[in-house]
Amino acid sequence: MSKKVSKKDLSPEARAIINSQVTRRGLIAGTGAVGAAGLLAACGSGGSDSAGSGGDASTVRWGNWPLFLDYDEDTKKYPTLEAFSAANGIAAKYFEDYNDNDEFYGKVQAQLKLNEDIGYDVVTPTDWMAARWIRLGYAQKFDLANIPNRVNILDSLASPSFDPNRESTLTWQGIMGGFGWNTKTNPKGVRTLDDLFAPQNKGKIVVLSEMRDTIGIILLSQGVDLQTVTEDQFMDAVDFMEGKISDGWIRGVKGNEYAEDLTSGDATAVIGWSGDMFILASENEGKFDFAIPESGGTISGDNFIIPTPVGADAKLNAEKLINYYYDPVVAAEVAAYVNYVCPVQGAQAEMEKIAPELATSSYIFPDDAMSAKLNVFRSLTPAEETTWAEAFQQAQGN
Amino acid sequence: MRKIRTPYLLLLPGFAFLFTFFILPIMNLAQTSTQTPVGGGDTGQFEQTLRFSNYLDAFLENKEQFGRSFVYATIATLLALAIAYPLAYAIALKGGKLKNFMLILVIAPFFTSFLLRTVAWKQILGEEGFVVPTLRTIGIISDSTTLTSTSFAVVMGMTYNFLPFMTLPLYASIDRIDPRTLEASGDLYANGFTTFRRVTLPLSMPGVVAGTLLTFIPAAGDYVNAAILGSPNTKMIGNVIESRYLKIVDYPTAAALSFTLMIVILILVTVYVRKAGTEELV
Repeated sequence: MSKKVSKKDLSPEARAIINSQVTRRGLIAGTGAVGAAGLLAACGSGGSDSAGSGGDASTVRWGNWPLFLDYDEDTKKYPTLEAFSAANGIAAKYFEDYNDNDEFYGKVQAQLKLNEDIGYDVVTPTDWMAARWIRLGYAQKFDLANIPNRVNILDSLASPSFDPNRESTLTWQGIMGGFGWNTKTNPKGVRTLDDLFAPQNKGKIVVLSEMRDTIGIILLSQGVDLQTVTEDQFMDAVDFMEGKISDGWIRGVKGNEYAEDLTSGDATAVIGWSGDMFILASENEGKFDFAIPESGGTISGDNFIIPTPVGADAKLNAEKLINYYYDPVVAAEVAAYVNYVCPVQGAQAEMEKIAPELATSSYIFPDDAMSAKLNVFRSLTPAEETTWAEAFQQAQGN
Repeated sequence: MRKIRTPYLLLLPGFAFLFTFFILPIMNLAQTSTQTPVGGGDTGQFEQTLRFSNYLDAFLENKEQFGRSFVYATIATLLALAIAYPLAYAIALKGGKLKNFMLILVIAPFFTSFLLRTVAWKQILGEEGFVVPTLRTIGIISDSTTLTSTSFAVVMGMTYNFLPFMTLPLYASIDRIDPRTLEASGDLYANGFTTFRRVTLPLSMPGVVAGTLLTFIPAAGDYVNAAILGSPNTKMIGNVIESRYLKIVDYPTAAALSFTLMIVILILVTVYVRKAGTEELV
């Protein structure tokens, strides 16, 4: 018979997150108070509320990744977003349409090229894709006066190579890539590539369709530095993945859908993302766990971007939204739910007040030891992006 | 004079629609298929160089997925025919008062989206569905055998999703058979099987041909079933086209593959229809 997983078997982070469940529910129930505090800060510092509500556009359309915003199962609403709308008189339309960087870009690229509305006023592409949007002129520069809270961004994220002065992007959440697993089938955990490709996982492994995470983790396990990776090294790692696919070890290469495969039992181990895994762990009584591989994991950021076709009124609304989520009180509330790396200074102190167990989680607020394990994939040239993506897709049978 | 013009005027809306939504996109697709990346350009930037070898390259790189698509589509079509024929026969000839109700049941799946129906199959065939544990309990499959992410799941999904396309033309065809021809066959001492083989089947051939075409053509280009129910080892040509368009942003290869798929299907269908010789099809 199935043995119920003891919390003792889980990693400290998973335990902290599960323990904070009651806190989190309480937090969501009491979001009015927390949200109001957040909005007061947003309105007070923004000073452009009347200008926004005076325009024709009273909405903001946000296209974001699934499981990437605090959500109340009981009311089926997003508490912080509701609070934003109530305080600003801006109807926020939220779409969990961003499942994969390439796929999303492929869908909207033609409209962007023609400067036509893509259906979103703000989207959250990953660093490398954000770099492409800026390079091609598809991202608008912010009116920095509308985002005074931008100064709260962590120092380590303030000057990325693709947007050194953060004029067109601001990090929404940081994402760690590592191993996720079913604790029943992998009681000893998964910390190396050998653990991942252990016999009990044969045919039940899913890896991310995000090339830089999946191939990045394989490269790190092969001792390759992601900052200096060459094409030959990359292709070797792709060949390794292709071999594991053709030998029947890997059953799928997917975006966020890997979470469904884990919960349905079709997958027992994955290369996945930290926040998703901790949400799964908390929703399934510790049935799942996550760890950064011993050889190192990946880290990247998803960024707020306002697409070029967005009009002035909607742009202002989007900037207000970005400013709102850069308030440490609101950022802590979101981080308590999504469990991804929080990019806002001051959020850790706010987290102490609402979910102390999470304030010490190095998966949300990475300490030096955790940061040392995380690796950023180097920027690729446009030619490399195409060639490497093609090889990665072909290895998946596409 | 007016009488002569009338048929052309009646054709005009249909022709305008086809021209706008079929001919123009096809022409666009054709000119995209011979483009090449701009030297030193960014992702998604192409220029016209009339490189017709894009077709050969695209085909050779993806011949495995082409082959798989036609094999899966053929199996799904044959399975759908095997399931739909008795079903359509029963509804048409034995349905009685329940005929309309049974027809509604056949088209009932269309009341929900194609995508949802396919996702439902993923759950049905998943580890925590009822099929896998049942088959394991009675020893038909081993503990390590899974049903999702397999060719079996993809073909089953296709068969299920396209079954109504097979059933409805078959029903229409069988329903038109005059029962007296079946009685006459019996009067001439033909047994049930001989009557089916010599009378029912030939008279229902237009339905068989229409049903197999309506099933095979979309099945060959389908990518949803392989994406949701399959694995990287079961990808079809539709998945490659989707990936080239939306993920790699390699429009010329995607366009060349789309054209090649269209031409191969056209050839296969032409040969099939000629062999079947169904004047009554239209």
